[in-house]
Amino acid sequence: MRDEVIRRARGAVAALVLAGLVVAPWVVDDYTTAILARTLALALVGVSVALLTGVAGMPTLGQTAPYAAGAYACVVVGSRISDVGVVQLAVAAGAGAVLAALTVPLVVHARGVIVLMITLAIGELVVTILGRWRSVTGGTDGLAGMPAVRPFWGLPPLASDQARYLYTLVVVATLVGAALLLLRTRAGLLLRAGRDDETRLRASGHRVPLHVSGAHIAAGAIAGGAGSLLVVAQQYISPADFGFDTSALLLLGVVIGGTASIGGALVGAALVIAVRDWLFGVLPGHAPLVLGALFVATVYLLPSGVNRARVRLRASSAAPSHPQAPPARDAATVPELRA
Amino acid sequence: MNPLLSAEEVSVRYGSLTALAGVDLSIHEGQRHALIGPNGAGKTTLLDVIGGATKPQRGTVRFAGRDISRLGPAARARRGINRIHQRPAVFPTLTATENVVVAALPRVVPRRRWWSGGRRRTAQHRAGPLLERMGLADVAAVPAGHLAHGQRRQLEIAMALAGSPRLLLLDEPAAGLSANEVGRLVDLLRALPRAIAVLLVEHRLDLVYALSDTVTVLRDGQTLAAGTPDEIRTSPLVRQAYADGVA
Amino acid sequence: MMAVVAAGTNRIDPYVIPALDGVAYGLLVFVAASGLVFCFGVANILNLAHGTLYAIGGYTAAALLDGGWASLALALAVGVLAAGAAGVLLAGLLTPVATGNHLTQALLTFGVALAGGSLLVAGFGPDDPQVRVPAALEGSVVVAGHRYAAYRLVFIVVAAAIAAALYLVVRRTRAGMLVRAAVDDAEMVACLGVSPARIRAGVLAAAGALAGAAGVLGAPIIGPGTDTADTVLLLSLVVVVLGGLGSMAGTLLAALAIGEIQTLGVALLPSAAPFLLFAAMAAVLAVRARGLASRWGAT
Repeated sequence: MRDEVIRRARGAVAALVLAGLVVAPWVVDDYTTAILARTLALALVGVSVALLTGVAGMPTLGQTAPYAAGAYACVVVGSRISDVGVVQLAVAAGAGAVLAALTVPLVVHARGVIVLMITLAIGELVVTILGRWRSVTGGTDGLAGMPAVRPFWGLPPLASDQARYLYTLVVVATLVGAALLLLRTRAGLLLRAGRDDETRLRASGHRVPLHVSGAHIAAGAIAGGAGSLLVVAQQYISPADFGFDTSALLLLGVVIGGTASIGGALVGAALVIAVRDWLFGVLPGHAPLVLGALFVATVYLLPSGVNRARVRLRASSAAPSHPQAPPARDAATVPELRA
Repeated sequence: MNPLLSAEEVSVRYGSLTALAGVDLSIHEGQRHALIGPNGAGKTTLLDVIGGATKPQRGTVRFAGRDISRLGPAARARRGINRIHQRPAVFPTLTATENVVVAALPRVVPRRRWWSGGRRRTAQHRAGPLLERMGLADVAAVPAGHLAHGQRRQLEIAMALAGSPRLLLLDEPAAGLSANEVGRLVDLLRALPRAIAVLLVEHRLDLVYALSDTVTVLRDGQTLAAGTPDEIRTSPLVRQAYADGVA
Repeated sequence: MMAVVAAGTNRIDPYVIPALDGVAYGLLVFVAASGLVFCFGVANILNLAHGTLYAIGGYTAAALLDGGWASLALALAVGVLAAGAAGVLLAGLLTPVATGNHLTQALLTFGVALAGGSLLVAGFGPDDPQVRVPAALEGSVVVAGHRYAAYRLVFIVVAAAIAAALYLVVRRTRAGMLVRAAVDDAEMVACLGVSPARIRAGVLAAAGALAGAAGVLGAPIIGPGTDTADTVLLLSLVVVVLGGLGSMAGTLLAALAIGEIQTLGVALLPSAAPFLLFAAMAAVLAVRARGLASRWGAT
């Protein structure tokens, strides 16, 4: 009964937010509309972070890597091959998926905080490459001047901030819907089971590394797709868009949103990014200081995120299911780094 | 007839501690075999070796005619070796039904097209009757983390059966259960399909005698005696071992 | 015979200096990364503010060094103390979330890194400052027929001495034994009856001191600036990923490999330079993952 009420309330809030997002470009000015579009793209990356961190149990600081791959692939395709949005989106998602697939061997056997470390290194290395591979990426100057995107064959190009925003909104809504549908299938069930108790899942005969790889690649595809949206929304990209601080902000947003909830990740990531953009607007010199302090304060205050994580941690340490298995997952992963 | 499972010359050492020193064990199809012995005799280690959780330093494990020594727990589970753990291992945030579905999935053959969710639905059809048989139909939609200990034990048995096992490894299934629950557990285990072989590790000899038709006694990592429950019950060797091992 | 040697020398000639630079760079990364390894291995904290601790040392060096030996000693003392104190502060900030998970701890250290970097820029200005080495080391010396910066040569000796001292401390002393035990078995430290908060403070202070020392001594090699913290954190992370936590030798080898990749590798393969570090990490992790997979049995 109470669940039903909560479910309805959640649905109503989601519908309200969606309606607000649809009418937003007619309420706010063009600049804010463009910022909103970019925030939507980043929130989609947040969804991919939540998919890995919360659903698959692999905390990541490296989703900026497939995000960047998607964005740069989209620019290359957009300026040389096709101005059709769905083509660019598909190529970007493919690029993100390919990058994620290439990094699967690095993360598939690691868990917990080690994944955090490896993905962070991957993300940072990708940014380094973007800065140095000038012939393709334009180096630290970035890339600009892509022709306007037309969403579909035969449609007019997106000429205004409103149009670009609405395109972004439609794509984000579609991809989030697809992710939600995917989580309702067998795949989502197995990912949740693996997060609960991976050893148990193995003992039932499941090929866990296969699930982990699949989740990693799917999250990479989503982040790559978000990259193509960033190109549309911002019409300019540079390595600074894909830095370590973006990853950390998104992870914070996902943790605020409750880690395992896709909707929560969308809201949390959008909120954190909006606060950052606002801070850099009003306090140009000291924004990082305030942002850092807010980070610390948020971690202390986190109402749901920390508690849920704690409950989960306690649940897993209170009931280790196998006498031979190490009690906590993180403790289990440390030996994996030993040479 | 070849045995379903045969472990030969299995040895496991943890550093200087010898857990198993050349143990042989074979189980035939449908056989109900119990493994007893004082604490530290190596019973759980032998279950680990058969289940794939522990790799022995020496010895081979053959199952259904094939050498499975090099396979991990997941591959063994797919071949039909399922285990029930000393502390019930369930997925706490998944509902009871979902737990059984997850356990059933690896052995479900898709009957319909994959896009219609065929495998999951088939697994779901299998979960309902299993939960009913375990007396869990009322709590099918409750997250497993909220279930009582005894219910989790029953859920784990349902999960093991959902994987269509040919060999069920039971590691002290009665631990932590009330007298009532133990009675129900014995009934459940006696009602298992005859085709399923069972390897039971248990301290309580009354359960061993109630559930098994052959018994192996381990002590200090070696086989001390083997035979029918009656033979074991009357064996002076075994009495001696228990008098030394457990006061 | 002589001719062969001479020809050999000629072929490797242009690479002597980058190779030597690689050793200097690698030893610097080793000292910096050992703090992170220590922190992660003993206290199980992923400290994303580790690069900022290094930057504190770097800025101290830039502010205090005036070309004399005394200023170097002063900068080293101040840098080590300041970075160590920052480590203790960080440990204090971590206390309220100590029972939480690693995710929130990492996020907290990231917030500290963000704020700390901003404070450093506010205090020392947004431009990358110049670092003056002691006048006696400003020139160059001749090594195997090549002129090489005297400071770097001395740095190699000093950093090697620090590495040796670290090795002796970890191998031979009681504290080092505890550290090794803690890396092997985190539960054990809890059984010793020492309060976890004190362990955290001690570990982060020691990690800060190492990073601070690296920052001061390495300022002429990886100088203070707005990117320093990120660069050092990235290099240290790659060292941990490549070298593992098990042995100091692994850490040292990984650090030296990174040093050579960043200097000699760039000189040998300039076009592939951006990808070399990535490729090295991928190769090592892939090999190790396969080793692990075969050890655990294919699933």
